[in-house]
Parts: sequence; structure tokens; C-alpha cells
Amino acid sequence: VKKREIFELKAELNSDKKEKKKEAVKKVIASMTVGKDVSALFPDVVNCMQTDNLELKKLVYLYLMNYAKSQPDMAIMAVNTFVKDCEDPNPLIRALAVRTMGCIRVDKITEYLCEPLRKCLKDEDPYVRKTAAVCVAKLHDINAQLVEDQGFLDTLKDLISDSNPMVVANAVAALSEIAESHPNSNLLDLNPQTINKLLTALNECTEWGQIFILDCLANYTPRDDRESQSICERVTPRLSHANSAVVLSAVKVLMKFMEMLPKDLDYYGTLLKKLAPPLVTLLSAEPELQYVALRNINLIVQKRPEILKHEMKVFFVKYNDPIYVKLEKLDIMIRLASQANIAQVLAELKEYATEVDVDFVRKAVRAIGRCAIKVEQSAERCVSTLLDLIQTKVNYVVQEAIVVIKDIFRKYPNKYESVIATLCENLDSLDEPEARAAMIWIVGEYAERIDNADELLESFLEGFHDESTQVQLQLLTAIVKLFLKKPTETQELVQQVLSLATQDSDNPDLRDRGYIYWRLLSTDPVAAKEVVLAEKPLISEETDLIEPTLLDELICHIGTLASVYHKPPSAFVEGGRGVQHKRLPARAGSGESAESPDVGQAVSAVSDAPPAVIPSQGDLLGDLLNLDLAPPTSNVPPVPSSMQMGAMDLLGGGLDSLVGLQCSSLMVSSVLGGAPVGMPAGLGAAPAVGGGLGDLFDLGGGVGVTAGSYIPPKTVWLPAMKAKGLEISGTFARRSGVIHMDLSFTNKAMSVMTDFAIQFNKNSFGLAPAGPLQVLTPLSPNQTVDVSLPLSTTGPVMKMEPLNNLQVAVKNNIDVFYFSCQYPISLLFVEDGKMDRQVFLATWKDIPSENEAQFQIKDCHLNSDAASNKLQGSNIFTVAKRTVDTQDMLYQSVKLTNGIWMLAELRIQTGNPNSTLSVKCRAPEVSQYVYQCYELILRN
Amino acid sequence: MIGGLFIYNHKGEVLISRVYRDDIGRNAVDAFRVNVIHARQQVRSPVTNIARTSFFHVKRSNIWLAAVTKQNVNAAMVFEFLYKMCDVMTAYFGKISEENIKNNFVLIYELLDEILDFGYPQNSETGALKTFITQQGIKSQHHTKEEQSQITSQVTGQIGWRREGIKYRRNELFLDVLESVNLLMSPQGQVLSAHVSGRVVMKSYLSGMPECKFGMNDKIVIDKQGKGGTTDEAGKSELGGSSGKQSIAIDDCTFHQCVRLSKFDSERSISFIPPDGEYELMRYRTTKDIILPFRVIPLVREVGRTKLEVKVVIKSNFKPSLLAQKIEVRIPTPLNTSGVQVICMKGKAKYKASENAIVWKIKRMAGMKESQISAEIELLPTNDKKKWARPPISMNFEVPFAPSGLKVRYLKVFEPKLNYSDHDVIKWVRYIGRSGIYETRC
Repeated sequence: VKKREIFELKAELNSDKKEKKKEAVKKVIASMTVGKDVSALFPDVVNCMQTDNLELKKLVYLYLMNYAKSQPDMAIMAVNTFVKDCEDPNPLIRALAVRTMGCIRVDKITEYLCEPLRKCLKDEDPYVRKTAAVCVAKLHDINAQLVEDQGFLDTLKDLISDSNPMVVANAVAALSEIAESHPNSNLLDLNPQTINKLLTALNECTEWGQIFILDCLANYTPRDDRESQSICERVTPRLSHANSAVVLSAVKVLMKFMEMLPKDLDYYGTLLKKLAPPLVTLLSAEPELQYVALRNINLIVQKRPEILKHEMKVFFVKYNDPIYVKLEKLDIMIRLASQANIAQVLAELKEYATEVDVDFVRKAVRAIGRCAIKVEQSAERCVSTLLDLIQTKVNYVVQEAIVVIKDIFRKYPNKYESVIATLCENLDSLDEPEARAAMIWIVGEYAERIDNADELLESFLEGFHDESTQVQLQLLTAIVKLFLKKPTETQELVQQVLSLATQDSDNPDLRDRGYIYWRLLSTDPVAAKEVVLAEKPLISEETDLIEPTLLDELICHIGTLASVYHKPPSAFVEGGRGVQHKRLPARAGSGESAESPDVGQAVSAVSDAPPAVIPSQGDLLGDLLNLDLAPPTSNVPPVPSSMQMGAMDLLGGGLDSLVGLQCSSLMVSSVLGGAPVGMPAGLGAAPAVGGGLGDLFDLGGGVGVTAGSYIPPKTVWLPAMKAKGLEISGTFARRSGVIHMDLSFTNKAMSVMTDFAIQFNKNSFGLAPAGPLQVLTPLSPNQTVDVSLPLSTTGPVMKMEPLNNLQVAVKNNIDVFYFSCQYPISLLFVEDGKMDRQVFLATWKDIPSENEAQFQIKDCHLNSDAASNKLQGSNIFTVAKRTVDTQDMLYQSVKLTNGIWMLAELRIQTGNPNSTLSVKCRAPEVSQYVYQCYELILRN
Repeated sequence: MIGGLFIYNHKGEVLISRVYRDDIGRNAVDAFRVNVIHARQQVRSPVTNIARTSFFHVKRSNIWLAAVTKQNVNAAMVFEFLYKMCDVMTAYFGKISEENIKNNFVLIYELLDEILDFGYPQNSETGALKTFITQQGIKSQHHTKEEQSQITSQVTGQIGWRREGIKYRRNELFLDVLESVNLLMSPQGQVLSAHVSGRVVMKSYLSGMPECKFGMNDKIVIDKQGKGGTTDEAGKSELGGSSGKQSIAIDDCTFHQCVRLSKFDSERSISFIPPDGEYELMRYRTTKDIILPFRVIPLVREVGRTKLEVKVVIKSNFKPSLLAQKIEVRIPTPLNTSGVQVICMKGKAKYKASENAIVWKIKRMAGMKESQISAEIELLPTNDKKKWARPPISMNFEVPFAPSGLKVRYLKVFEPKLNYSDHDVIKWVRYIGRSGIYETRC
């Protein structure tokens, strides 16, 4: 601001005429608004404060709030007026003073604020009290300690019982905010009495007050389903409020408390029905609110698809919708698409694909592909629609269509390949890397059906170095595929691409993939064929699903920014305020109860047994060999490709599976080639293939290096006393995918034993000996013999109690003896138990939450990586890992020999020896045995 | 909560800037200007996150209103507040324009101080605000003690939307049922989606603190009464015609905050103490048995690469005694149109090159009639591969009935303290059906 201007204003501010004074203050405020610095006028403006003109006073206050911080000493000049105004007979002036004072963030002033604030909190006029309630939150923001010392928090709590609903609402808002910065203070102290007060005030206060109260209610956890229902009943009328925020906050409370209601309750169904109409009504609000509503509906549809499953039509895009509304509607349409409505959806999507906005059109085309994958019956129609779109020759439509058709090929192999010819026609128009890569993949994958596949791929090869990495990698793989399919004509081409990838490229991914192929092709073309042309895992139906725990957290944040961003508050809020994680309440009856006392005993009995790991004659070499032998054998999956996240990243996945298989085939060959048994595979193989293989093996090692599966020590199953001198002890182990029963027979009788045989009773998982029991007979007195009996899981099945009980009969020349033993269920965990990430999400969602059981694993001092490694040794695979603050969440999958899948979430808190395990399974009775395994594995 | 509120003109110059929270600095004002107002691309979301600060914005003509926060606020509430802010400003000084905002900036600051405290929205009912925030500058000293406490009890009270002691010589009520009927129809005449969004707008000039009860032909209520056999109100339609459908199924409705929601939830009766003057009592939505006032039958034929033939027939579908007004049919034309010849039997039709459409206007049209337009469109040859998107044909009109079939059955007024009864109140009811988004694909 020019000096002259300041000077003139100064003069006007000090004028005797009231009107002139007021005009001058207005000018000052106008300058302030546009960002000019008028702080130099501070004393002159403050001088105008003592006036009985309320309008002028408010202007001066506005100025004060802006500049007090930069002029703390002079701000003191204003204190007297504030204190005086707080005693004014006019409640409007008292409130104005206390409201403004709280906004002046100067320490010295806050001291003077305490007394007036105390009085105002108990003022006879509700207008003053409601203003004072908010002022406590302001003061707390400046000086939290002061607020606590002065006892304002208690006064604020008392205001929850105030007779005026607006005072209650503001007190609730202030307390909620203060409580957010003290996560564990129990400041709000929500109990049935206060809840009742809040619900009463809810009916009477302003729309904004209703929002504060509902948002606060959402943080409460009812004691039982009955309380939950009665709160829901009192909240549902809010769904008819004209204010969308009131509606959404009510939806939040209902969605959260509904978790606690038993699903067979009539009221539960009624509530579900009541939720749909208000959600639909939100779509007739202004576009900005529609956007907020749609983002929230996206969450609600994922959590409870049943609510809106019949409402597809309301999500149809209108021509004049703003683009952000269109894109969100499209997302929800795909989520709601089902066999029942697919025809309508497709007709709409086709319409959208001809619109103007490029992003929208792309998304629409992609959506058609997603429909094909989601609803099998519609696949054919989707493909023909996509072909129609390709005929339009609109560049970005064609490219998008080709990308999705690639996915459709993956989902329905050998069904739609007839369209390849049409796709090939458009090769030249593709200029986006994703589309080029997709097309190249298609050409490579179906090289045998495309006559000029080599020409097509060769044409891409010309500008190899100008392509993006995605395209280069795909081209490399495609040409190798082509070579494996048509070796005679394409030798030159494959050599060309391999040398381009390995010699002329400085991209490590490309180079490494090139080397792998090269070595693979030159060492063992048969293996190469198996690896490169391996069958691909299916891709999953649903995409973009939000992870279950995050989804639950976001449901607790309905209506807020978190639900708009689809991110937890910690991702976008600075500092600690309001970022503690919220969780949905558990349904009554589930939870800890699953752990039965005798299970606990059994587990402790096992772990009490003395460890017998150290081999008696173990020299160093023996140790090394033992160590090296165990891990690879139990960890190389027989079907490595299926453990990859194929759908997520075709290329990455492909590479990993390549390495995995590479590793196993190498080991096999080295063993066959006569390398000493027990020698680490890498050592045996390295000299044979040459230096280059060293790093290859390193890669493979990365996959294989995990601790082996845990094998419990042998315990005595049949004491000699009971079996006429025969003692049998044993344990179970899973080695190379085969279940073994390791037995030790000891003859404690005086005579020789012969003619051993073994038989199992029917059992839960159909365990049966895979061959006859081979005991070196005769067994002389005091002699012990160790036998390893391979088991199969194809025997007769009968459910046992407990589930993992096995009844065994052993016969010898003396008699038949019976005993029973329990095997750890981890025995049955198969090697291909790694679930695809998307499938995992979908399955987790799909399994009803009653099937979820929670357990505590105590005294486990492993970090999440170590735990994950350890568990993988027993075929418990980590599908994904998520870290929130200090808590790691591992999402794991397990597959049993009988095909039952088990999904688990393991939460490990750094520094806390107790972890939480949630197990979800369609056969919930298995859960507790899985828990036993976790405990056994993690503790040993 | 809301950390700050800014108002900008179309150039991005700040007209109003009010900061409520310490975590919002002056740089936020600039961040929004640079990243949103001056952004090259069209705005892709009404919520923008810039450097961990979230901006909510709405636009009114060429004025931008932006609320800023660094916390996880209730997003729906922020938008509702911004709309409310616009309503309040409009109620005080009319249209939201740069000039009006500049002329009233002192008032706006005063309002912002009152309706937003530390970022928490407070009472924002214009009726209440106008009692103590006035444009003339308040003469606080002139309020008597009673007046003051009356103001504060109204602002904080249970009936924040009405003050006591209102008196009229003539007690009068105006009730408008305003509906907008929305349609999306396929070229073959199949209804893809249709719904009515309706509003009941009321102007009440009533003395005292009257209790009102509003009744309509809501299917749930009628069915309930039919079963219960109560006769006192059923069938007797005090207001409006009783012809047409017996009852209608309402998908969902929302109410002004004066309506007792818990009572609606339990008994489905609409009872309230009305605000003084004009307000929106309820909004509703129906999708079943909608009377579609017009049917559009399009026929588009491509004659070679440079010519299009368009023929559109409209049919009115309501009682012949009623008249539709302000009918307008908008037929989109391709971007490369070089000339258009139009022939229509009724009304006037014109090709508007700037809007890429043929606009056909008819002043009035009775029910059960039919009219037709045909046009020949000459096209410039282009080498643009992209096909013309063929936007839908849209229609505008106004009809003197409610396309949803809603009927007002009664509106009763009780004022126990004053000596006027329900019969003394003069009541007016009017039904207007307008086109919302009324489109037929071609």
C-alpha cells in the first residue's frame, strides 16, 4: 500500500465525524480483503472500537482478528473493551465479544478471556451459551492446557444437558473436536443417558446441529443389538430431511449400527429397504452434492450391494451432467451390473461411447469390457459392441477397445479369437503404449492363428528403442512365444529381439528378461515352452474393489472428505487430529468365543515337549546340508504361475513365475544330472551352465529363501505299556508337497517283532497311507527304527471330533493296537494356496461376516516380514500387505487339500507381542485349527 | 471444520476472504486461484486437494465460492452450507454478481461472522437473520430488552424459522405444486427412464403461531385409511380437483426443517408450524405411472454424405381441455452444417448456427393434438473421421397439471390462541408441470 494512502486513511480514522470514521474502516477492510498490508493502521483502527455502533464494532473486530497476531502488544489495548462488552445487557453484544475474543490468538489476551468465558458459559441467554460453547473449542486450539486447568471441559460436558437444543449441538461439536486431539480421553463419555439426550436434541435443533449430533452419534458403540436397534429407529426419520448432509450422516449412523443387528431380524430387512429411497433422492440434488453422494454410494454399494441392486436406472448418465458426475455414475453402473439388467446397461454404455468427453468415452468402453468379464452371459454381446466401436475408427475408442478385448481373451480363452483379424486391421492406428502392448500380447498369444504374425511383430521391432518399456517387454515376450510356436521361420527374429533387449538396452528389467529367455531357450527349449506358454491364471470379475478393512473404515466416515477421496483421513490430514482409525462394531456373538479351553491345553502340551532339533552326530557340514535341503523342497510350488497376481500386472507376474519355475527346473535337472543328493541345487547347477547363471539363481533364491515349514517334534502316541512292549512316537511333516507321517517304532519287549502293518480310520480330510508300512523287520528288543510313511488325501472321509483327529491301527505279529493322534492342519495346506489379490478381495467380501473368527496370538515377537516368511514355509501365503501407522496387516490365503480356501488377516503391531488374527472361511469350523497352526508356526 | 471462505470473481480476484482457522493462511487464497480458477483444463471435480488442503467450490454465474479446510470435514455439509450462503445472500441483495458483492461486502462479512463460527455453521434461516442483521446498520441501542431476548430465542430456539407476534388482517395461503418431469426415451419410443421431481412451495401469510397439517393423495396414507375404515378425511378432497388417479406412490420425499420428521415417520402425517412468507415445504420424487405430457417421434435419415433429412412429430397426451404453453423443441444439428430448410405446420422454427440446433417454438398446444416439423440439413464435406455424436432431441414445456398425479387433499390451519379458524383462511392451490430434462434419443 502506498504511504500516501495509509496517511490519508489514518487521518480519516481519527476524524471526529462518525460517518467518515466508518467509511474509513470499511476502506481498510476492503484493502485487507485483497491482501494489502494495512497493519500499520492498527492503533488507529483499535481506537474506533469503543463505539455503540454495532456495525462499526464488527468491522473493527474483523480487523483485530486478522492483525492481532502480528501486533500482540497493541492487541492488549482491546482487552478492556472485550471484557466490558461481555457484561453488556444486550445478549447479542455479549456473544459478539466472546466470539471475537476466541479468535484473537494472542497468549496475553487468552488469559483475560477465561473469566468472561466462564460467565458466558453460564449466561442466562441461550444465544450467548451456544457461542461460548464454540469458544471453548477455540481456546483449546490455542492453549489446551489452559482449558483443562480452568475446568472448561466439565462445563462444556454439562451443556450437553442444556435445555436449548442449539446449545447442546454446539457443545457436542466442540467436545467432538477437542476429543479428536485426545483420542483416549473418553471426553465425550458416551453412555446410554447422554445418547438419549442427544437423540432428544436431534429432533429439535437446526439442520447443522443435527449434523453435529449425528456425526457424534456415529462414534458411539451400542452395548448390544437392542440398543443399536432403538437408536436406529430414532435416527431413521432424519432420512427425510431436506438437507443432504443430515441424510448422509444419518446413513452413516445406520450403516454402522446395522453391523450389530442379527441378519434374521425383521427390522434388519426393513432398515435395508428404508435406505434406498433417500440415497436415490440425493441424486436430484445440486451437482456438487450429487458428486459427494455418488462417491459415498460407491462405498455403500461395495459394502451392502443389496441396498441399491434394483436402482440401476437412476445411475444412467444424463446428457447435461457435469463430467465428474458422469464418471462416478459410470463406476456405480458397473458395480450394479448383473445378469438381470445387463441388456439395459450395455445399451447405455454404447450410447456413452459416442459422446464427446474423451475421458468419459474411454471409461465407457472400458466398462463394456468389464461387463463382459463380470457377466458371462453378456460376453458375446459385449464383444460385438466393442467390434462395432472399433469400426467407428475413432482413435482412442479403438485403442481402449483393444485393451479390454485382451482381458476378455484372458477370461474366456478360445472363444472369441475369431475377432483377431479385425483387431489386426487397426494395428497402424495404435499410438498409446497400453494399446500397443495389448495388441502385441494378442499377436504373440495367438501367433499360431495369425498367418503373418511374424511380419506384424517385425514391424514393431523396427522402432524398438523408441517404444515405452511396457511395449518393449511385451514385444520381447511375444516374439519368444512366436518362436516357440513356429520355430522354423522365426529364428532370425528372436535373435534380433534378444540382442536388442540384452545388448542395446540399458533398462535392467528388459535386459534381465532377455537374458532369462535367452538362457532358457539355449539350455532347455522344452522347459522354455512350458514356462513361456504356460497356462494363464484366470482374471477375476470385480476390479477396483476397496480393500475390506479400508472399506469398513471409510463406511465410518460416510459424508466426510475421507469418503469423497476414498482414503483414510491420515492420508490427507496433517498432524494427529482426527486421524485415529475407526472400525465397524462387531456383530453380537462372534469374536473371541471360538477358542475352546481344551484346544489351548493341547497346544501347550505340544510346545512343552523338549525340542529335539539338534542332530546328535551333527558336524558343521551336516548342519549346512540340512539347512539347505529343507527350504527349497518345501517351497517350490508345483504350479508357480497360479500364485502370481496375474490380473494386476501381466508382465510383472509373468516374470516372477518365470523365475520361480526356472529355479525349480534347474534343481530338478541338477539332481537328475547326478549332483550329490543334499547338495544345494544352485551349487550343483552353477558349474554346468556357466557364470551367467549365478545371478539367475540369485533371483530364484529370492523367491525360495524362506524358513521351512515347522515340524513339531515327535511325541509318544502309543506308550509301550498299552501295546505289549511296542512304543510308537511320531509327528507329521509336509515335504515337497507330500504329507509324511514320521514314525519311530521302539521295541521295549523281550521278543522280536515282525509283520508290521498300518491302517487309518476314516477321517475328516481323507488321509490314508499312500503305500504299505515298510519297517525293517524283524525289530529286535531295544531297537528303534524310524519310518517315514507317505500319506495321500484320497481316503474315505468322515468328520471327526476334533476335526484333526486321526485314529490309527497298527498291527504286528503280536496283536493289533489302536491309538489316535492329532495332526496340525497345516499339513493340508497346499503349495498353490496363494490367491490372486483381486480374487482375495472379492472372496473376502463374499464370505458372510458371521464366518469371521478372531483370535489373539500372544507372545509372538516377529515383525511382519519375518512372520510372513515363516508362514509361507507352511504354505500360508501373503497376498498383500498394508501398513497403517505402526500396524502391519497381512492378508493371507491358504488352500486345503480338499479345496477349501481360508482367508486370513493378521495384524501385527510393532513392539506389541500380541497380534490379532481374523480368519474367514466358508467352512468356519476349520478356523480354530488354522489359528492353532498360526500359533504353532509363529511361536516356533 | 471449515477453515476459511473465499469469494472470487471470474478473473480470480478475491472479493471476500474470511479465515476461521489458524491452519489456513493467505497462500490458500492464491492456491485456489492458480490451481482451479486459472487451471487450463475444465474443472474435473468440485473438491480439489492442493498440498493437503481441500477446497470445495460452487459457481454462481461467474462468481466462485470456495470453502477451505485442512481437516476431514463433513463434505456434504460444506456444500449444503455454500448453497445456503448463496440463498442468504440472494435474500439480502438479490443476484449474486460481482457488483452486488462489492457493494455489500460489509454486510457479507457480518453475515459470515454470524452464520459460521469457528467453521461451524450456525442458524442460517434468513427469516431469523433479518431480525438483527439489517442493511441499514443495526441500531442495537433501539432494541428493547424484550425484543433482544426475542431475537436470541428465535435464533437459538426450536422454531428458529418463525418469530412470534406476526399479525395479518387477512389470513391467506398460497400453495404451488411445481413438478419437473424428466424423460429419457429411446428412438423407438421405449421409456429408458422417467421420473418426476416435485416441490410443494408455500407462501403463508398467517397470524400467530399456526399449526398446519398438509394432506395429499399419498398411496400409503390412502391405503391405510381404506383398511382402517376411517372416513373423516378420506375421500373428502377439500382442495383441488378429485378427478384422475386415486392415489400415487411416492418414492421418497424430504421436508423443510419445520416439518416434524418423527411424526411423518410414525404416522406419515405432515404437520408443522410454517415460516412466514415463501418457503419450500417438501420435495418428492415419483417414478410410477407418470403422465408424460408429450411424446417426441424422431426420424433422421442420412442422404449421402452431405445431407440429412430430419422429421420430428410431437404428440400431446393430456385432456383436450387443457393447454400446454411455452413449448420448445430443440433438434441438434451436426457441427458441419452449412444450411437448413425447415417446414413446420405450427409455431415457428429457426436454425441457430451458434447453438448447433434447430429451435422450434409453439406458444400453445391443446391436449391430444399432434404437430410435425421436417428439415433438410446440408452438410459440408469433412475428413473428420469422428462420427457426429447425435445428441438427444430435448423439449421444454409447461402444463397446468401435475404429471405425477399428485393432488392436494387438505391443508388445515389451527391457531388456538387467536380467534381465527381454518375456515377463515383463504387458500389458493395451483399445479404447474414443467419439463425437466426431457429427451428423446434420435
